[in-house]
Amino acid sequence: MNRDDLRAMVVNAISEIAPETDPAAVAESADLREALDLDSMDIFNLVIALSQRLGIDIPDADAPNLVTLAGAIAYLEKRLAG
Amino acid sequence: MGVFTMPSLGADMEAGTLVEWLKQPGDSVARGDIVAVVETEKGAIEIEIFEAGRIETLLVMPGAKVPVGTPLATLILQSPPVAAPVPVQLPPRAVPVPAPLPRRPAPVPVFSANAPARASPAARRLAQQKGLDLAAITGSGPAGAVLRADVEALAAPPRSGPDLAQMRHAIAAAMARSKREIPHYYLAHSLDISAAQAWLAAHNASHKPEERLLLAALFIKATALALHDFPEFNGFYGAGGFQPGAGIHTGYAIALRGGGLAAPALHDADTLPLGTLMLRLRDLIARVRRGGFRSSEIADPTITISSLGERGTEMLLPIIYPPQVAILGFGTPQPRPWAVGTTVTIRPILTITLGADHRASDGHRGALFLARIGQYLEAPERL
Repeated sequence: MNRDDLRAMVVNAISEIAPETDPAAVAESADLREALDLDSMDIFNLVIALSQRLGIDIPDADAPNLVTLAGAIAYLEKRLAG
Repeated sequence: MGVFTMPSLGADMEAGTLVEWLKQPGDSVARGDIVAVVETEKGAIEIEIFEAGRIETLLVMPGAKVPVGTPLATLILQSPPVAAPVPVQLPPRAVPVPAPLPRRPAPVPVFSANAPARASPAARRLAQQKGLDLAAITGSGPAGAVLRADVEALAAPPRSGPDLAQMRHAIAAAMARSKREIPHYYLAHSLDISAAQAWLAAHNASHKPEERLLLAALFIKATALALHDFPEFNGFYGAGGFQPGAGIHTGYAIALRGGGLAAPALHDADTLPLGTLMLRLRDLIARVRRGGFRSSEIADPTITISSLGERGTEMLLPIIYPPQVAILGFGTPQPRPWAVGTTVTIRPILTITLGADHRASDGHRGALFLARIGQYLEAPERL
């Protein structure tokens, strides 16, 4: 799974959690909580969605990596490579 | 015979638009079944029934806007009726709720016994299947004949998410009434929540993502347990004074992106294990945001909890949602200098506020209630 695939997966997961937002239009470095008004329940749901889709366990302590698109992609690339 | 009426979904609701019947004449219903969908300022709400039996006749057709209390259907009861857990009736409201914008074609009146209407055979068949009265449908065909499309439009209306403009009106009416009628008093209590955070981190580290918890679940459970000893904060204030709630149904304030707010009930929160409470909370937030919560969730809250989450301010001074008598505010935990014994150290500090109705309780009890919630959060293994 390459970077574009991962990006598409994260964007798609956020779209399902917060259908009223447009995550594809957000800068990759932007804090999703600020840019899309995501709250801790949304991030909680994002951890669940990505864990299930990729079949990996994302520890709670790693959730802060997911608050930007760039951070989420980099984190998932590392996890899938390791 | 029983009668199923348009329920009151909040103190300031005067009328609702029936959007869809989910049961038809002859269908049997059990207590708690969802029988209809009603459009309100809060969006499309699934309406539950509180009696068991069989639907006899549908009295109101989809599309009709009718006042609260209007009979919607008659029932053949299976057993004696059980009282619906609705809040006490309140004196007439002083603030008129603006009429919701028309969303559907001409409102359809109650079933009539008119002569057969002009309709296409396909429309006639579909209307019969759906339990709709052709005479009450505005036809778009030649000479006003009812076409299949007219019936379809009524039989399968789109469900909508919350209408933010209407929701704003509903919040305005409820909050203006609260500020006008309820003599609020406020108390605040700050506490070190490092124990709760450490407990939560340990729990989450050893559980799969879908079994983890958020701090909000602890806030709700701590409040619900504390209410056992402080029942005067759990219930409603009406013409007859304070009436305690039949259970502990914590309303949880859920903000909608783009504005708007709803605070539906998590039923019997005091009895739910934290894992179950968390699942219910997730489900409730998802349904509120896409528009699909249930009538009992709107009608039943006995107290409200408002939590600012992780991106808020250190405290909030919330306004009671009438006819409830109390509301709790949980601020965003902030690192603060904190005295531990004779040493000052940095700790995560949570400030909890209580807004309570002075007609139902006094500050002394309010302070004890807040302190009790704090004690539960300081010993999270008890939750």
